[in-house]
Amino acid sequence: MESKPPGDDVEKVVTINRDQSASREWTRLLAQFAETRDKAEYVQLFRHFAPKVKGYIVRLGLTDATAEELMQETMLAVWNKAHLYNPSKAAASTWIFTLARNQSIDWMRRQKYPEYELEDWHVGEDEGDAGEQSVLSDRMAGAIKTLPENQAQVIHMSFFEGRSHQEIADRIGIPLGSVKSRLRLAADKLKTIWRAEV
Amino acid sequence: MSIRHHLDEATLLSYAAGSMSQAMALVTACHLVMCSQCRTRAQQSEAIGGALLDSLIPASVNDDALASVLAAIDAQDETVQIRSVKPPSQRPSVKSDVPAPLADYIGESFDDVEWKRIVPGVYYFDLPCQSGGVSRLLRIAPGKAMLPHSHDGNELTLVLRGSFTDEIGRFAAGDIADLDDQIEHQPLVDSAEDCICLVATDAPLKFTTLLGRLVQPMTGF
Ligand SMILES: [Zn+2]
Repeated sequence: MESKPPGDDVEKVVTINRDQSASREWTRLLAQFAETRDKAEYVQLFRHFAPKVKGYIVRLGLTDATAEELMQETMLAVWNKAHLYNPSKAAASTWIFTLARNQSIDWMRRQKYPEYELEDWHVGEDEGDAGEQSVLSDRMAGAIKTLPENQAQVIHMSFFEGRSHQEIADRIGIPLGSVKSRLRLAADKLKTIWRAEV
Repeated sequence: MSIRHHLDEATLLSYAAGSMSQAMALVTACHLVMCSQCRTRAQQSEAIGGALLDSLIPASVNDDALASVLAAIDAQDETVQIRSVKPPSQRPSVKSDVPAPLADYIGESFDDVEWKRIVPGVYYFDLPCQSGGVSRLLRIAPGKAMLPHSHDGNELTLVLRGSFTDEIGRFAAGDIADLDDQIEHQPLVDSAEDCICLVATDAPLKFTTLLGRLVQPMTGF
């Protein structure tokens, strides 16, 4: 796909229909965009991820207008930080999720979310390949659906409502220790997919 | 660095979800930059977030959203972009035992911290973290101990310099004590140098009232 100069009518760019494609297609496309900085590729990424990012932010309890603004900030960060994306560390959806999370928290707290990917990003440690991360991401989506109701509940309250362990405990009326053990059980179960053969 | 005490799975999950206090997230991120083992686990926890994002029903975005973002991209000065988002390898790497996420708050050296004295040999500095919870640097001289204490909620204690021992074991630089209200402990500094720890809780009031009597100098060690 040829690169378009800024300002071109990107609405007319013909996009491949990726609606049914799996996570690995998006991971491949994001990694490719990081190299090419091709605006047409960015537009495809935007069309796929922007509505999901906004959906995530709305679920955190922010207004539609704020969610729209933070979604646009997040997608701008996708453009500006793409050169830092490493497909062997995270699927595209995972990387964009962390950008959306950080934008939302920065906005709510007026304070930068403490990040750990500051060094060593390009230094190999348990270096997988890009395909592996996205296969795992697809498998993860399936595994989440198999969680028992009480584990799925604490996972959703953490990721979609941003509730701390204590807030979850208060809300569903169980001890703090029970919240943590449900989260541990869920995480252990979901992470078994990394131990399985890819 | 050989690290023996790591983050609880439930803590990693909350960090990935962005559902813990700023104070707790700061301590968690500091351990993560020091510990490749937990870093891999954190990436896996974040992959749960990625899969959940994938599974979301898309929200409708403004008709002009794409055009707005593309206009913002075009309006950016290329040089500004490059300066503001440096690849990690281009960040200054100062030889320092202050982990990068903490350096955002106190700079590169513990010597520049405006330590406040509680009792002789015991100093603290509170970090300005929003969103509830308390984040506090403690500097404790060899042979001193904290009073036995328990907590209402979660407590994270990351050793940055020196070491201490409590009922659970020995904690040296990089080790994190990830405790909940089930555990009562009495850390005793057993290193030859001052022990510097970063402590955070998600139950602010209890911690604040505790802190007045949290640390007690002990003699005879
Ligand atoms: Zn660790």
